[in-house]
Amino acid sequence: MDWFKRKKKISTSAPKKDVPDGLWVKCDGCGTIIYKKELEKKYYVCSQCDHHFRVGSDVYIDLLFDEGTFKEFNADIASDDPLDFTDVKSYRDKYQATVKKTGLKEAVITGTGKMNKIPVVAALMDFRFMGGSMGSVVGEKIGRAIDMAWKKKQPLIILSASGGARMHEGVLSLMQLAKTSAKLARLAERNIPYISLLTNPTTGGTTASYAMLGDVHIAEPGALIGFAGPRVIKQTIGQDLPPGFQRSEFVRDHGFLDLIVHRHELKQRISDILAFFKHKNPAK
Amino acid sequence: MATDKKVVVLEFEKPVHELEEKIKEMRAYTEKTGMDLSEDIKRLEEKAAELRKEIYSNLSRWQRVQLARHPKRPYSLDYIERITGYFEELHGDRRFAEDHAIVAGLARLDKYTVVIIGQQKGRDTKSNIYRNFGMPNPEGYRKALRIFELAAKFNKPVITLIDTPGAYPGLGAEERGQAEAIARNLFEMARLPVPIITVVIGEGASGGALGIGVGDRILMMENAWYSVISPEGCAAILWRDAAKAPQAAEAMKVTAADLVDLEIVDEVIREPEGGAHNDADAAADAVKKAIVTHLKELMKLSPEKLIEQRLEKYARMGAWVEKG
Repeated sequence: MDWFKRKKKISTSAPKKDVPDGLWVKCDGCGTIIYKKELEKKYYVCSQCDHHFRVGSDVYIDLLFDEGTFKEFNADIASDDPLDFTDVKSYRDKYQATVKKTGLKEAVITGTGKMNKIPVVAALMDFRFMGGSMGSVVGEKIGRAIDMAWKKKQPLIILSASGGARMHEGVLSLMQLAKTSAKLARLAERNIPYISLLTNPTTGGTTASYAMLGDVHIAEPGALIGFAGPRVIKQTIGQDLPPGFQRSEFVRDHGFLDLIVHRHELKQRISDILAFFKHKNPAK
Repeated sequence: MATDKKVVVLEFEKPVHELEEKIKEMRAYTEKTGMDLSEDIKRLEEKAAELRKEIYSNLSRWQRVQLARHPKRPYSLDYIERITGYFEELHGDRRFAEDHAIVAGLARLDKYTVVIIGQQKGRDTKSNIYRNFGMPNPEGYRKALRIFELAAKFNKPVITLIDTPGAYPGLGAEERGQAEAIARNLFEMARLPVPIITVVIGEGASGGALGIGVGDRILMMENAWYSVISPEGCAAILWRDAAKAPQAAEAMKVTAADLVDLEIVDEVIREPEGGAHNDADAAADAVKKAIVTHLKELMKLSPEKLIEQRLEKYARMGAWVEKG
């Protein structure tokens, strides 16, 4: 299985590291102690139990695109703190601290790349940046990625990893759901394929907009996918949630996901689907 | 409207209410004893009027949230009853169920035939349970979508009335795709070839509100609130204390005036003094006037132009800085 052998890192605004530091990592799935270097080679999937660790956009860029083909665009759009928002600390400080801590500029990276030679436009969210929350910048960058796919007539991939809309930008965050959905409606009029890739977690406003509007919905195994968070639902109904509730397998069984695909197979399966859409049937 | 005559007094209204009670007592005393207190009564009435004006023109965001949630506040059906000459409610999503938290139907408004869709709260325990406290399930959004499509087919403008504490966060709602139902509505509303006017009449909580709220014009009642999450929800997460809701309401800037500043809302609809519940007829009249004004403008546009302008409207929303 050396087709998923780790390739050389390419330069993006994504930072170079994720997952806890240290030489050894304990698997959240089976408790096995895994050598970190080994886990890295496997794109952070446990070789014992197939548990998919949460990873950053850098790992997905590496995993999904042909070597050296991913070119980031609109990297330098940043939040303007439109509400001058402060809770226990100011949004401005929190934002800057997050940039410093993660090395990321926002909760999404957008760009163009090739998947098994098929050119695509992609937006990859990153949970490390304020829980992958969607504010004005995430909405705008994803919106522009959709515009780019529309202009270039190239397939669109959006990888979601998000707790939902960003409260620190109030109603402006909410309106990003409408903005991205409206742009996807325009993309659909041009019959351009859009693949929504849902990773752990995809909840709230992200699910209630672009994540649920793909031509094909693909999730990694065991990802939390839903509208309301499990804690809120538990409080509302006053009882424990059934095992597996809101996990990929549950969401697929209720009819909202097309496929659950192992991380190692994502690139091949997605590019096969894109090749299918691209193919023109003979006239006779 | 409710037939219940019990007066509900909010905390910040107490000083005025006390004065009003005193005036009432004095009147009763005059009647009983024949003693002339008219000078004193007049003086107190003037004072009450002044106090009312002072209180209601300086409401904090949290106080407005309380007015938006006032138990006597007019709800969707109260407005529909007053602004339409004809209303035939239609039921069901034709897929799974009827959702009583969303009402939808055919209506005549001024000289227009339109469809109206609104979230509907209950007024007492029984009707609140029936209406699920105005919290729709996926079926509500899918019923709305069915009516949007009906409107498109027969070239009728769409009016939506927003008043919800949120989409219902329940087990069944998740199983039946609450997120997908909302997302689908955003997508389809964005390209609906007829005018859409949205009025936030009470509470506008998050995706549950937006799920019927994508339009060519977004109007908002003076004392309504609209944001990405309820003040309580925001406080519980960021302050780890739901009791900090007043601070969260301030920080998130949730009022109609705020949303005009943020370039989300096109027009604020003034309410009678003290809130829409003090004079539902006047409030409904103002809503009707605003809808008709905007409808007149939108009816002139071709479907292509409408959709193009709608896309541009939403593309502008948000605030960011761009280097280089």
